[in-house]
Amino acid sequence: MSLPCFLTMVMMYNAKCDMTVKTPIYLDHNATTPVDPRVLEAMLPYYREKFGNAASRSHPYGWIAADAVDKAREQVAAIIGAETKDIVFTSGASESDNIALKGVMEKYKSKGNHLITAATEHKAVIDTADYLAKAGYAVTILDVDHNGQVHPDQVDAAITDDTVLVSIMLANNETGVLHPVKEIGEVCEKRGVFFHCDATQAVGKVPIDVKEMGIHLLAMSGHKIYGPKGVGVLYARSRNPRVRPEAVIHGGGHEQGMRSGTLNVPGIVGLGEACELCMKEMDEEIPRLGKLRDKLEKGILDGLDEVYVNGHPTDRLPSTTNISFKYVEGESIMMMIKDIAVSSGSACTSASLAPSYVLHAMGVPDFLAHASLRFSLGRFTTEEEIDYTIERVKKAIVRLREMSPLFEMAQKGIDIDKIQWKQEHAH
Amino acid sequence: MGMPEYSKKLLDHFENPRNVGSFPDDEPNVGTGIVGSPACGDVMQVQIKVDPETDTIIDAKFKTFGCGSAVASSSLVTEWVKGKKLDEVVQIKNIDIAKELELPPVKIHCSVLGSDALREAVEDYRKKQSGERTPGEKMEPAPASCGIGPGECDEMAGEEGKCEDECRID
Repeated sequence: MSLPCFLTMVMMYNAKCDMTVKTPIYLDHNATTPVDPRVLEAMLPYYREKFGNAASRSHPYGWIAADAVDKAREQVAAIIGAETKDIVFTSGASESDNIALKGVMEKYKSKGNHLITAATEHKAVIDTADYLAKAGYAVTILDVDHNGQVHPDQVDAAITDDTVLVSIMLANNETGVLHPVKEIGEVCEKRGVFFHCDATQAVGKVPIDVKEMGIHLLAMSGHKIYGPKGVGVLYARSRNPRVRPEAVIHGGGHEQGMRSGTLNVPGIVGLGEACELCMKEMDEEIPRLGKLRDKLEKGILDGLDEVYVNGHPTDRLPSTTNISFKYVEGESIMMMIKDIAVSSGSACTSASLAPSYVLHAMGVPDFLAHASLRFSLGRFTTEEEIDYTIERVKKAIVRLREMSPLFEMAQKGIDIDKIQWKQEHAH
Repeated sequence: MGMPEYSKKLLDHFENPRNVGSFPDDEPNVGTGIVGSPACGDVMQVQIKVDPETDTIIDAKFKTFGCGSAVASSSLVTEWVKGKKLDEVVQIKNIDIAKELELPPVKIHCSVLGSDALREAVEDYRKKQSGERTPGEKMEPAPASCGIGPGECDEMAGEEGKCEDECRID
């Protein structure tokens, strides 16, 4: 054994002595991403000598910080085709979604009382919509089709004279499915309602132009695009139409009164840099990720029977695949491939055992939702890692199926869907 | 997604499961218990082979569709029951399994399935012996709760934790 290989084994948790691949392998980029070293470099001076408060107008410390924030605002605006003055810095996409929903519904109360969103939105939108429903607003949750998409016609049909806001995400976090946002934006413009789009998973992975897509409000986050955690953006259009949500956090009137609080200058600098890197590298990165994802998917699908991809076959992020492995449970797969970091749509509580609400909304049977894994690739994912993952997954599934009573029944020709299982759980 | 910190014992049972496999159901001295449902994410099959002379379990096997805790719970059960008398093994409680594997509160239901599957297997063997079920006749999975009530769960988990856990795919 060579020395580097030996060192790898010593250093890496659960290492396999494969010269080309280091474990653990990270394939959970939809959960979060590592900070790009170039982003970190850009941030560091703003923790050290350039530590000023961007709101300090009376000395160079403040001016330097304010200049850095201005630059970041331009970098962020560029990646979504926005005006710089329409960029509001927040603590992350969850906060941005909260301001968009609560702030708009409250501010435009005189216009109406009705909010429209979809069943597969991120919890930051779903839970906020629930909160608003409890507070007395009328909320419509649109269904998605079996591909995971909302259709523009559904939005059109749901809009009433009372509708103020439509909130539909660009890309789904669990499946990577893209909604027809441009067409939904057209419906919203035609019907004169505001359109908020949670683009957290889409930024840097698909081109975004808020004007072309008819988006009036947009949420995004730093840590999904190789920037730092704890910083995000709310885009709120100031013209055609003008949208000014009521603040959720008050205290000082920062960010044009929409989000008070001393600006997280190093975080904002990092987010700006992260956007610029995404912009620069997107033309190469999108096809690269797509090729790797397709290789992973094909490798798994060709190597195993009764394996299904969840979500639209083509309208998807290039980085994401959500796969159900019939007869085996997601968590057990993750434990079997513990040197590969992925997520599962399986349940994790003794009290409910309900699996992924996103897959449920798409009509994926609960059995197959429990059997699902999400692989999300990223900037530092290599082809060797994908090859390794394919082999590991195939082996794990074969082994777990040997342990599965359901697989045994299926082998014997028993249709497990026709068995009267004496328990069902309430969703 | 929910993969909590697991004990060494649990991981050992998952990584080196004891007694994976199945006995032919048409053997009269085999008892089969199937509990759970695919929709709930757990189906457990525990089988015992009994010496009718002594009422002693001479061999046991399992197959499980479920999370790591479910696999480990069923593996442990098959290990525990070998060489024991039927009257003895029906005394095994879910809490015994949960304690041995140090199951986190969110995984308590797996221990319930383990003890239920074992009890079903014993009952099935007795039914076969008494002629109530013909060996090889179609098996119906036994009723079991899909998850357990929040109150019930927290009671079992005791002071240490809640059965509800944060689990989401961001």
